[in-house]
Amino acid sequence: MNFSYYPGCSLEGMNKAYDKSARAVCDALGINLAELNDWNCCGASAYISIRELRAHLLSARNLAIAEKEKKDLVVVCPSCLTTLTKTNHYMAENPKLRQTISKALKETELQYWGSVKVRHLLEVIVNEVGQNEIKARIKNSLKDLKVAPYYGCQLTRPFGEIDDKEFPTILDTLLTWVGAKPVNFPVKTKCCGGMLMMTNEDVALGLVRNLLECARENGAECIATICPLCHMNLEAYQDNVNKHFGTDYKIPILYFTQIIGLAFGFSRKTLGIEEELTPSKALFEKHLEVIR
Amino acid sequence: MLLDRSQQSVTDVFLEDVYSIPHGEKIKECIQCGTCSASCPTSYAMDYTPREVIASLRAGLLDRVLKSNTIWLCASCYYCTVRCPSGIKLTDIMYELKRLAVEFGYVQKSAKAAIVSKLFVDLVDKNGRIAEVPLVGKFFLKTNPFAALGMMPRAWKLFRRGRMPMIPNRIKGAEDLKIASENLEITGVHAGAKEEKT
Repeated sequence: MNFSYYPGCSLEGMNKAYDKSARAVCDALGINLAELNDWNCCGASAYISIRELRAHLLSARNLAIAEKEKKDLVVVCPSCLTTLTKTNHYMAENPKLRQTISKALKETELQYWGSVKVRHLLEVIVNEVGQNEIKARIKNSLKDLKVAPYYGCQLTRPFGEIDDKEFPTILDTLLTWVGAKPVNFPVKTKCCGGMLMMTNEDVALGLVRNLLECARENGAECIATICPLCHMNLEAYQDNVNKHFGTDYKIPILYFTQIIGLAFGFSRKTLGIEEELTPSKALFEKHLEVIR
Repeated sequence: MLLDRSQQSVTDVFLEDVYSIPHGEKIKECIQCGTCSASCPTSYAMDYTPREVIASLRAGLLDRVLKSNTIWLCASCYYCTVRCPSGIKLTDIMYELKRLAVEFGYVQKSAKAAIVSKLFVDLVDKNGRIAEVPLVGKFFLKTNPFAALGMMPRAWKLFRRGRMPMIPNRIKGAEDLKIASENLEITGVHAGAKEEKT
């Protein structure tokens, strides 16, 4: 399985662990990820809040490069997924926008015909690899590790191409395949506050608290994340939530790729585990047969 | 001939832009049911809830929305968009309102999200990618240097874990992309721009 791979800016910066674990898991599953040549920012929320056409141009440039590489584009950050998919759809649906962006692309010696499909890694693993192949690679059973499956907003909204927009189950399914036990998590697609953690901290801390409280109420031992921004808000700001609300949450936060990687027997270093600010050591002592 | 945006009222420009979004004309079909406001995780902190944004538009009071904290509290979770029974793309509308508030000079000093968004755009335009450390650093220097001090313990923890790369990656095509972007803004017809009304 060959794909162009779009890590996105966040995975180059504060969230390298997601990149490391995604690559390790894909390697084990025979998903061949070739990093998109000279990719640029997708034109995410903060960008399109100021410049609309330029944001579409940014996304279109990535799509055009993927088209040149003749492969579909696999992304890991749900925000990049939504932004790239939006440009893909809006260019197809609005001829005027398509013309304008195509003209600008030409100046960079690129063109885009609209043939690239933007896919999320989670969906590729579940739909392209499937249950048997995944189960065959398990070295650690995870012994019913109780996980709160947290999807966040933009994996399924607004387009809903991967799963139900409000109550997806695709991550629950994958977690079951690798021997973990997804707990009931009714807030699975509620907002973590996103960038508001920088600009309106009180509001964002409240949203993160709701997620942590729901995970604890339902007996989760950790929260599985899909989005680098959700991950950051949950792990790096958990202390702030405790200070702000007088709570005592100590919930480990792991990327879904890190959980699969643990089941596959990768070392914590390979998966970038313990780069997060919420300690997860106790979890491994309890749930892993081989701790590497 | 195209009408210059600056010669039109902000409401006209707004509608023109919104109609250019696929299915943007659905905004006319708002039934004021309030599903958007009830679904919004941050509406409790907003000056005007999403439903009130559309009510204000209809009352010709869009300017007060543009000055409000509402648009900068939208976290783009898209709950309103997927739940709206009339199919109104409220998140896209919030983006449009943010852009207009900047373009027409309505942004209040307290709107920190506007500051971070502008810094984000500058950094991406320069390098083609965003690096979090310069973004966060510049943001706190600009808004609240004392808060930056309070963040030092976390910054140190992140640094020790190799999560604070200081040097932004610049893409090879950054210069080409910049020129194309600038031309897009000068000559590029806005996707929704209409011919001059007769």
